[in-house]
Amino acid sequence: MSKEIYLKTPLKTDELVSLNIGDKVFITGILYTARDAVHKKLFALLEKKEPLPFSLVGQVIYYVGPSPAKPGDPIGSAGPTTSYRMDKYAPALLDLGLKAMIGKGVRSKEVKEAVVRNKAVYFIAVGGAGALLAQTIKASKVIAYDELGAEALREITVENFPCFVGLDTKGNDLYEQGVATYQIHEETI
Amino acid sequence: MKEITISTIINTVEKLCIDANYYIGKDVTDCMKANLEKEESPVGKEILSQILENNSLAAEKQIPMCQDTGVAVIFLEVGQEVHIVGGSLQEAIHEGVRRGYEKGYLRKSMVYDPIMERKNTKDNTPAIIYTDIVPGDTMKITIAPKGAGSENMSELRMMTPSDGMEGVIQFVVDKVKRASGNPCPPVVVGVGLGGNFEQSALLAKKALLRPLGSRHTEQKFADLERTLLEKINKLGIGPMGLGGRITALDVHIETMACHIASMPVAINIQCHASRHKTVIL
Repeated sequence: MSKEIYLKTPLKTDELVSLNIGDKVFITGILYTARDAVHKKLFALLEKKEPLPFSLVGQVIYYVGPSPAKPGDPIGSAGPTTSYRMDKYAPALLDLGLKAMIGKGVRSKEVKEAVVRNKAVYFIAVGGAGALLAQTIKASKVIAYDELGAEALREITVENFPCFVGLDTKGNDLYEQGVATYQIHEETI
Repeated sequence: MKEITISTIINTVEKLCIDANYYIGKDVTDCMKANLEKEESPVGKEILSQILENNSLAAEKQIPMCQDTGVAVIFLEVGQEVHIVGGSLQEAIHEGVRRGYEKGYLRKSMVYDPIMERKNTKDNTPAIIYTDIVPGDTMKITIAPKGAGSENMSELRMMTPSDGMEGVIQFVVDKVKRASGNPCPPVVVGVGLGGNFEQSALLAKKALLRPLGSRHTEQKFADLERTLLEKINKLGIGPMGLGGRITALDVHIETMACHIASMPVAINIQCHASRHKTVIL
């Protein structure tokens, strides 16, 4: 881990360009939750040139479908889902001003190019750490597509949400570099 | 003849669903701690620490360790001396799942059809149920809630006998490599060797139920498990795929006889939340 950095949403480009892959980042502010079904709906709106339920400029989308909240809790378990399923939609959202995505797993070439082109960032949260990550979520409200249940579009308020920089504005990819560092070459592999 | 009532089965399944999602097994925790010592990547170490902290928080606060509380996969071993009274066994399992997922605040992740409307069934049913009739007068119920992140990274291949041991090793190691960070490593790799098309997949799934650190009863397959684990942990994928020494916690192989012309190999990948709970009635 290179550095520990504290960021507030909405994110500003000049803060993002100084980030490097492997940096540990703590995010405070508003995140929007969206996964497969919401992305499909947002994309349909864009194709029809209709307005989206929220402004993307400077915002962060967190790929998550939380478990139901227990009484008294703002949200249930809430760890990241695998990002590649949103790769088809992400470049268009980045081109409209989305500044960061939080998820897990490798991204496509097209997403990487869109990240660099827009000076945006892809953050990685620890998959399967839903109980831990939920402790940083202080409020949650559904802002669209309530009928999708766990998959609804939510606005959540986080305090020091922990993640790593996975793709930085320079086009570096933590998945590629991290694995290359620790791979032990063997003829049979 | 021993009688087991439907209501006992419903209550048992309800509790198993909740317990499996709140409380990770001690074998997983012990294995994770041992691997935290071995991990060399600072990011990898941080991730393993977060996972351990996450799992103890889930137990303490009684919330699911992961929001993907999975498909409810149920394994039944029903003693042939058991008489089930009061209704349908299958329906009792589904009802137990329905209640467990509601009362435990677990996520409902099942959709009615895979390709048309994909409408949520809203109660996480149907469960996927496997039933074996065995000697005796007890009923063993195991639940293994399975998340999609790791299930999506699984694969079955009808290999040929000439592919041999080398072919199997290459297929398994390459599969884990291609899966990369997607299945939430450190993973558990279940390998089903032999049987036929569908049996190999079931063997791979059952392999995931074995306690971490346990080995195949036959030495040659136990050795193959060790070889695969060693090779997989040389890939460098590491925790969450961000680079490191610990890509897999364990590799379990289950085997069966097969046709002279076949060599079915199934790989079922399990994320680090290796959840399963068993009760014997």
